[in-house]
Amino acid sequence: MEPDASQQLAMYKKMVTSRQYEDAIQGAYFEGKLPNFNMANGPIPGEMHLSSGQEPCAAGVCAHLTNDDYVSATHRAHHIAIAKGVDLERMTAEIFGRVSGLSGGRGGHMHLFDTNVNFMSSGIVGEGIAPAVGAALSFQMRGLPHVAVAFIGEGAANQGAFHESLNLAGLWKVPFVCIIEDNSYGISVDKKRSTAVPRNDVRAAGYNMPGIYIENNDPLSIYAAAGEAIDRARKGGGPSLIEIETFRLTGHFTGDPETYRPEGEKESITKRDALPLMRERMIKNDVAAVADIEAAEQSASETVARAIAFARAAPEPAPEEALNMVFV
Amino acid sequence: MTKTTNARKLTISKAMAEALGEAMDSDERVFLMGEDIGKLGGAFGNTAGLYDRFGAKRVRDTPISETGFIGAAVGAAACGMRPVVELMFVDFFGVCMDAIYNLAAKNAYFSGGAQPVPMVLMSAIGGGYGDAGQHSQTLYGTFAHLPGMKVVAPSNAYDAKGLMHAAIKDDNPVIYLFHKALHGLAWLGTTPGSITHTPAEPYEVPLGKAAVLREGSDVTIVGLSWPVHLALAAAEDLAGQGVSAEVIDLRSLVPLDKECVLNSVRKTGRLVVVDDDYQSFGVTGEIIAIAANEAFGSLKAAPQRVAHPDIPVPFARPMEQFALPNKDKIVASVHATL
Repeated sequence: MEPDASQQLAMYKKMVTSRQYEDAIQGAYFEGKLPNFNMANGPIPGEMHLSSGQEPCAAGVCAHLTNDDYVSATHRAHHIAIAKGVDLERMTAEIFGRVSGLSGGRGGHMHLFDTNVNFMSSGIVGEGIAPAVGAALSFQMRGLPHVAVAFIGEGAANQGAFHESLNLAGLWKVPFVCIIEDNSYGISVDKKRSTAVPRNDVRAAGYNMPGIYIENNDPLSIYAAAGEAIDRARKGGGPSLIEIETFRLTGHFTGDPETYRPEGEKESITKRDALPLMRERMIKNDVAAVADIEAAEQSASETVARAIAFARAAPEPAPEEALNMVFV
Repeated sequence: MTKTTNARKLTISKAMAEALGEAMDSDERVFLMGEDIGKLGGAFGNTAGLYDRFGAKRVRDTPISETGFIGAAVGAAACGMRPVVELMFVDFFGVCMDAIYNLAAKNAYFSGGAQPVPMVLMSAIGGGYGDAGQHSQTLYGTFAHLPGMKVVAPSNAYDAKGLMHAAIKDDNPVIYLFHKALHGLAWLGTTPGSITHTPAEPYEVPLGKAAVLREGSDVTIVGLSWPVHLALAAAEDLAGQGVSAEVIDLRSLVPLDKECVLNSVRKTGRLVVVDDDYQSFGVTGEIIAIAANEAFGSLKAAPQRVAHPDIPVPFARPMEQFALPNKDKIVASVHATL
């Protein structure tokens, strides 16, 4: 399954929007926090987990999803939210803790819900897998042609929730796909020191589902493998597990000194950044004209600027609003 | 309660199964998940007969994977279903609490109300039959302490059926705790007062409404679930001693019917709270704090409490009976307020 020219350009646009978004969020995040980094200060308090480098995973998978399809994402969710079509202005307002945010500022960056596109994220490793299996069960029971996708990191494959949920998915043959973004680090501990197998796709055998490993963060390979798995799930052929080798170009959290990385690693993964590589390949293979690519980039930067401006202009919530929405 | 000439008495177990069957008949979105709930009909009989009526898809036996199937219920509830899941013993919450208190309880809040989680988690509570400290807890206070979940615990079959219907119709997650000492299973024994008239048709007992089970003027005894029956027995003894006790069944901890408790305390001026959960930082302390805050001027004596001491539920019969609340402890506590 090869993406055609317009699909490639669409994926590139999602990826570049996400990258520009993360750059803009990083800039806003550091406002008021320096010179002595204090996480509580500035317009965006709290932890921040940026996804720069991991955009192909989201763009390649979500290219196959509709608004009705369900996605659960992680603490590092911005690229997935953008690829799934979450309302970027309300999402940004949420990240800034403003009244116009997706939950009116109750959740923040780690708790993004947009029910219009069936998207949720959460802050606990491995927590979103079972809800996605349950969403898939709902689609199966109601005879709907939708699929549910759980995005997780490679660290989550060592959580009990991963094993329980994939066993249920394999047992019930629900329309579910688990995407593992293997950025090779659970915070500071690399995969070799945390995981008994070098690649998690082999674990799929334990749940009676196909397992696929994609090397090198390649958007086209991700598009192809995800397309096959999602199509199979949609047609009642059951779940799949896909692990993608990807690269986290920033720290685990914004402000992470990254002292755990071996010397030279940052430079080497930066050279493998999928964004410029995809751009070059599209030009070289005549997939898109430079003008079209630049137009996509310009449009992305306008989208991001609008979202940030929307968030900054939105008022802060009234303090006592905190008391609402515990129950509906 | 409904008046009828032909009392139709059910156990709590049968009342729960009847409510579940009625809810599944009237709403296709309702389905059940849990361990041994299919052909076996549930470890406590709550789904008896439902597998044959509704089939394996809607009465879904799960592997022993509480994190998996309770988390799945959250996702199914987000996508148009109304799941009822059974956590066999409440003590097992330790293996799946994240799905309960971080997902089910918080998704509505984190979505600004856009993503309700209409699910019911039913679970067996309580000891008294020598099952030791991992199969005998009640943990009402733990669930009620954590925001985002409604918490109910019926003391009789009428309430069990009506609360189940109300819980399934509610758009919020409801923790439904049924007590093994009241359940009406031959192998567990049962408190006779839990077997009550139960109308054959569907009805709701609203969440958050307490019931005054016995009116009195000298002291208010507040409890829920099994301890309510101990309170009623104590009230009977006290009547013989010339003490008029009012007995309140909270039925629901979240929402809590504060007004019912406060109205009674303002009338009697004395309060005893009974609970088979751990004493410290729990239900008894909360009810007494509410009375102290909002009816202090009415109190004629320091409120008293009878609860499980802060120890794991012990196995040996003399030790377990020592730890559990009983009628005599309640009577003694009432006397301490007089």
